[in-house]
Amino acid sequence: MLSKSPNDIVDEPGDLAEEPQVEDPIVDETAEHPSSSPLSIHDMTVAYHRTPVIWDIDYNAPRGKLVAIVGPNGAGKTTLIKAVLGLVPKASGRVQIYGKPYKKQRSRVGYVPQRESVDWDFPINALEVVMMGLYREIGWFKPISLFPRYREAALDALRRVGMADYARRQISQLSGGQQQRVFLARALVQDADLYLMDEPFAGVDAATERAIVDILRDLRTSGKTALVVHHDLQTVSEYFDHVMLLNMRLVAAGPTETTYTTENLRKTYGGKLAILDQVGHIMTIQRGEK
Amino acid sequence: MTRIGRCLMSALLLLGMLTIECQHVVAQSHSHSTKLTREEDTPRTTTEHRTLADTRTDWPTREKFLRVVSLRDYTTRWVLLGTVVLGTCAGMVGTFMLLRKRALVGDVVGHASLPGIAIAFIAMEAISPGSGKWLPGLLIGAFTSGVVGVICTVVIRRYTRIKEDATLAIVLSIFFGIGIALFTVIQNIPSGNQAGLNNFIYGAAYAIVETDVYVITGAAVVVLIICVGLFKEFSLLCFDEGYASAQGWPVTVLDIALMLLVVAVTVIGLQSVGLILVVALLIIPAAAARFWTDNLFQMTWISAMLGGLSSGTGVLASALFPSLPAGAVIVVLGSVVFLLSMFFGLRRGVVRRAYVHWRMRRRVGRQHVMRAFYEFIEIAVADTVTPTDLMKHEISFHQLLTMRSWSPKRLKLQLFIATLKRLVERLPSSRYRLTAKGAENAYHVVRNHRLWEMYLIQYADIAPTHVDRDADEIEHFLDPELIKELNSRLSQKYPQMEMPPSPHTLEQPLVSNS
Repeated sequence: MLSKSPNDIVDEPGDLAEEPQVEDPIVDETAEHPSSSPLSIHDMTVAYHRTPVIWDIDYNAPRGKLVAIVGPNGAGKTTLIKAVLGLVPKASGRVQIYGKPYKKQRSRVGYVPQRESVDWDFPINALEVVMMGLYREIGWFKPISLFPRYREAALDALRRVGMADYARRQISQLSGGQQQRVFLARALVQDADLYLMDEPFAGVDAATERAIVDILRDLRTSGKTALVVHHDLQTVSEYFDHVMLLNMRLVAAGPTETTYTTENLRKTYGGKLAILDQVGHIMTIQRGEK
Repeated sequence: MTRIGRCLMSALLLLGMLTIECQHVVAQSHSHSTKLTREEDTPRTTTEHRTLADTRTDWPTREKFLRVVSLRDYTTRWVLLGTVVLGTCAGMVGTFMLLRKRALVGDVVGHASLPGIAIAFIAMEAISPGSGKWLPGLLIGAFTSGVVGVICTVVIRRYTRIKEDATLAIVLSIFFGIGIALFTVIQNIPSGNQAGLNNFIYGAAYAIVETDVYVITGAAVVVLIICVGLFKEFSLLCFDEGYASAQGWPVTVLDIALMLLVVAVTVIGLQSVGLILVVALLIIPAAAARFWTDNLFQMTWISAMLGGLSSGTGVLASALFPSLPAGAVIVVLGSVVFLLSMFFGLRRGVVRRAYVHWRMRRRVGRQHVMRAFYEFIEIAVADTVTPTDLMKHEISFHQLLTMRSWSPKRLKLQLFIATLKRLVERLPSSRYRLTAKGAENAYHVVRNHRLWEMYLIQYADIAPTHVDRDADEIEHFLDPELIKELNSRLSQKYPQMEMPPSPHTLEQPLVSNS
């Protein structure tokens, strides 16, 4: 077990260590009972080597909502998602998907990794990437070519993200936004209930951003839940119902209207006031308009 | 779908042919010595058995050439079969290694197998003197120490902060060093049976005999079945390890399976190409195949075929020129195949890329000329441009020159090409005029440009004054689907599908001249 005393932390950035406001995270009390929550994280700590990356996360995701995971660089947003999916080992804590461990609920979780995590020069076309979302369902040893219905399902998913015309295109010949949509289609084809997306809006064109937002709203309409790592502070309240503010610890979580405040942002982002003042200003304007 | 099916069929066919060939040869032959040394394995036709072993350098006679090429030699046949199967297998496994970015692991396995061979030899000599060169025993030794080598790289990488390349270099050299040291010890064992062991270092395809081919083919069939069976799983592993793991695939197990395949191929390749060059069999065909296709399944088969091809021709070449070592010839031929693929590969070959780039530049240049014509006429007409307007106006070279910032030389060339394509005609007055085909072309080019400009303004929030440059850069890459979409999106605005007006004021030719 890892000792959580600050003396053990090797590379703790000074300004973060001195953050005074690590009292109780402000978690929405109206959240559903943990057993029925799409994602419930209990007391989770993740460490790389001996350096804790995220500490003591307690979180219950609301059902049928779009949740933005927001925090500065190095806040552990990607790590949080990877730890939920078991891609990085947890130092402590427990994660449950709809009341059961992730290993028993894999088919109910769709994962959209960061676009940069793969080599887009790989000899494969868009349709084949989407089919990968069905490999688990197809099972061991069986070649994909035996199942035309899976191909149809993959084409449908591509259609949903507006990429049907690009099904046969080699993935390196797609724009960044199109590549992102292919990744999204790969998760959609699984027909999961909970979606975990790592920066789907990073470096995409306006058309893709709109396509992703549409898909997210579709998902919400059909009662699905999505947790999305999001870095564009200006669009958080427009795109998402809930927000999860993260900076190594859970700073605050809850509905966007009540939780996504300048004060909480300040707590999350610490000393980076210049950005915050800008964002605070923008948000004041947005609120004023409403 | 059908393509993949066809590929599978042809693979099965190939396999079938190999088996038939195998049985055919087996039927002809009787039992043969399994010893590695060439002098001892005496085929029935004593006059021919030195074909692959001769060390004299001379050009093959016509008769010898025919004999080798028509595979009349018993030894050549076996050697050829063994190496072709090996090359095919290595090409297939190599594809995954290349895509997994583990190209050098084959090299580590090769070098790491040396101590295993030495230890196996010593152990077998100790148990029963004279049996030290029992091939399966040596290969098991090689396999074991190859696996140990791979485990060492994994352990070092995981528990130290040494980077991957350094790890590979360390393991490779340490194992090779130990192997060489043990070989020196073996040389001093008085049994006198150690001759031929050195073949494992540089390879000696001529030493392959019938039973070796059984081992190679058996191993190859297993490798093939695993590759085909786990094709989907391996491709997912190579493309997106994290996603595979999140989906619940046992990534570590798959990785180990892939590693074992590499070790297996390396070990069965030791005999013919040797442990130093065996990595070439794994990587060169796969790298060459990448130039021919963007489809993983095809890449695997092309790589397998190129591997088989270079191995086969390499063996035949070394049969014709007995002084050439087969392993080296195989690798040299592999590199020739690689170079040819690099230049002439239909998908990503250098020549094709240069051609595509050149063609695109030409198209862009032509579109610029057509747009210059149209916009010049549009300004002159100061009204909706009709096809007759386009074909009526005569424009001088200098007037065109002012439409864009292009050099006279470049414009001259572009106009020359456009004339050749019958888009533009040069009048006796040395002025230029659009032909009917040119007018239509100009209309479409400008229309696409305007559509794109409108799109950028409406959907990408670009200021109208900036739009021309941005539209310029991208419009040439618009594919028909996108144009269709632009049309439908902007059709409400321009229901008659007419030419939309330019969203920004067109620069007056004289102004842009200054």
